[in-house]
Amino acid sequence: MTMLADAPAGRTPIETASMTYREALRMALREELAADERVFIMGEEVGVFDGAYKVTAGLLAEFGADRVRDTPISEEGFVGAGVGAAMLGERPVVEIMTLNFLLVAMDQVVNHAAKIGAMFGGQLRCPLVIRTPNGAGNQLTAQHSQSFDQYFAHVPGMKVVAPASATDAKGLLKSAIRDDDPVLVLENLRLYTEKGDVPLDPSHTTPIGLAHVAREGSDLTIVSHSYATVRARQVAERLSAEHGVEVEVVDLRSLRPLDVETVAASVSKTGRALCVEEGWATYGVGAELAARIQHACFDDLDAPVERLGMAEVPLPYAKNLETAALPNAGRIERAVLRMLGLAR
Amino acid sequence: MPRSDSAAPTADRRALADSSDEPGPVAGAGGAPAKGAAGGAATIERYERMVLIRELETESERQYKAARIGGYCHLSSGQEAITVAAAEALRSDDLLVTGYRSHGFALARGVPPEAVMAELFGRRSGCARGRGGSMHLLDVERGYYGGWGIVAGQLPIATGLALGLVRQGRPDAVLCELGDGAVNMGAWHEALNLAALWDLPVVFLVINNGYGMGTSVERASAEPELWRRASAFRMHGERVDGDELGASLEACERLLERARSERLPAVLEAVTYRYRGHSVADAGLAYRTKDEVATRRERDPIARVRRELLAGGLAEAQLDAADERARAVVEAACAFAEADPEPDVTELAAGMHAPGSAQQFARMLPGSPLDERELVFAGGLGS
Repeated sequence: MTMLADAPAGRTPIETASMTYREALRMALREELAADERVFIMGEEVGVFDGAYKVTAGLLAEFGADRVRDTPISEEGFVGAGVGAAMLGERPVVEIMTLNFLLVAMDQVVNHAAKIGAMFGGQLRCPLVIRTPNGAGNQLTAQHSQSFDQYFAHVPGMKVVAPASATDAKGLLKSAIRDDDPVLVLENLRLYTEKGDVPLDPSHTTPIGLAHVAREGSDLTIVSHSYATVRARQVAERLSAEHGVEVEVVDLRSLRPLDVETVAASVSKTGRALCVEEGWATYGVGAELAARIQHACFDDLDAPVERLGMAEVPLPYAKNLETAALPNAGRIERAVLRMLGLAR
Repeated sequence: MPRSDSAAPTADRRALADSSDEPGPVAGAGGAPAKGAAGGAATIERYERMVLIRELETESERQYKAARIGGYCHLSSGQEAITVAAAEALRSDDLLVTGYRSHGFALARGVPPEAVMAELFGRRSGCARGRGGSMHLLDVERGYYGGWGIVAGQLPIATGLALGLVRQGRPDAVLCELGDGAVNMGAWHEALNLAALWDLPVVFLVINNGYGMGTSVERASAEPELWRRASAFRMHGERVDGDELGASLEACERLLERARSERLPAVLEAVTYRYRGHSVADAGLAYRTKDEVATRRERDPIARVRRELLAGGLAEAQLDAADERARAVVEAACAFAEADPEPDVTELAAGMHAPGSAQQFARMLPGSPLDERELVFAGGLGS
């Protein structure tokens, strides 16, 4: 099952359909709701409103208000309610409208959900899923454009995944719902409309803790996740066409556990690593990757590991300022060319 | 397990069931005679349970000062009546959640004293296997879903446990203990709102011992009659003299039964007092006087029950024998804890992740921080 899931696109023998990332998420939710009566959805506007970003559209009508539960604006309350229900063996899938709002429930995630397994000696589990979009690019400004991926990936006891494609959106959300530990599923506002070939087999999943090579190359490795992977792939195609440079893109898919083996194998091959992320790079995912790459690939590195993220300012509103601050294609392309000595 | 519809909005039912404009009954608060107190609540068994809690707390302080117990250690001496009453009002399938002043509740719920003391000692047979300590006692088999250490953090969780009970079609209720300091947290507001909005079977038991750490209720709460705050959620609230065993038992039983049979949440404020400081490290005198403590000790719940039992015809010797038995249990618990081995360091990460997770983490090893391989990856991660 997972072998098939990881077969490169084009060689997979399983039946797929083209759909958006949003539709793939909805398909995962529908399949898991249908398969397991312990699964229920809870969050702001998930039911009557059909979801703030329409991921849960139609599910209330199909499964009823007990399985698709609207909540008040009360993240600490309903994330905590998810923790409690999960401790009793239910499988809540809590939607947070955007990652920015998860901060007000931080205590329930970091100091409660993540602690349950270890702190109680393994006698209780917390099979809770929190799914939420992060990211910037829609002029949503400083308080609504953030990527706090590392805040949660920092915490032992948590699992954090961040699908970059429709295929993995379905596969990772299904894995998260079936997992017996708390899993944060980081979606992305700009990914919701991205299309991909999504396996239709309800038993298909993307395993947690397994990165994949999204594009093969020999000159440099870009390590990325979520929307940064889309950017990286676009830049890689352009560099190939315009400069004859072949960039390999490793899409992390999971942040905790982090598949360092796949990253290290790629960097050992190319000798160069550029870590790209949507959020601020200081103390970020790229910082963690850099530390691990320099250790695992010490003898194979031809250049210092580089990081690229959002400019370290609260994101401004004006479109030109926002674009300049994000890890846009121009910035990624320039970074690659510099690392290869092809630009100053 | 039968599932049931937990989503039906029932605001009308709430309004009919409970007029929150009316003040709730205040049973025996402030030392007044308990209204509707169950006569004959004083029994030798309950007395012995209360003494056991007092003895274990007293011994815990001694062991803490002898450095056999570490960390924070919050004692509940003085709060035994409401503690024993609340635990007794629970049925075996009901669930209990508490804050961090939890030794008494654990004992009253039936957690073996050896498992409690071994946990305080940080030993292998502790009820949290040496991972939790004083603040994080639990006993899943007995429906005790944890002592929790962040003020009010357990309230949303209790609400979720109650939601889980309803979803599973179980006729049980959750008792959520909290301190008077917790009612000023946002989590209190959010948890009570959801519990009332969704008609969840949970009773929030506010142990009002007068002080959130060193800040009195009057200095912390704009509405110091804490039970009244339930009215903000159209939820039933009432206050009971938590040092009066009969009244406490009656109130806990009634509200839990109401939660079970009618799916109506409630707030029960139990007025009591803690004799010791906030924790063992606090002498408890910076914010209150010795006279105040002495005055409150005159209302001692254990002495009250003892007097009632004597008046009811029991002999001093019978009560002394109960005292002796409780002391012997605590002594045996200490001996057990002392002899119990420490947890195995090769199991440092045991329980953190669900079985099967080791495979998910296997590819994370390269470049890990020093010693992670030995301590975590080989230390039971996901096994």
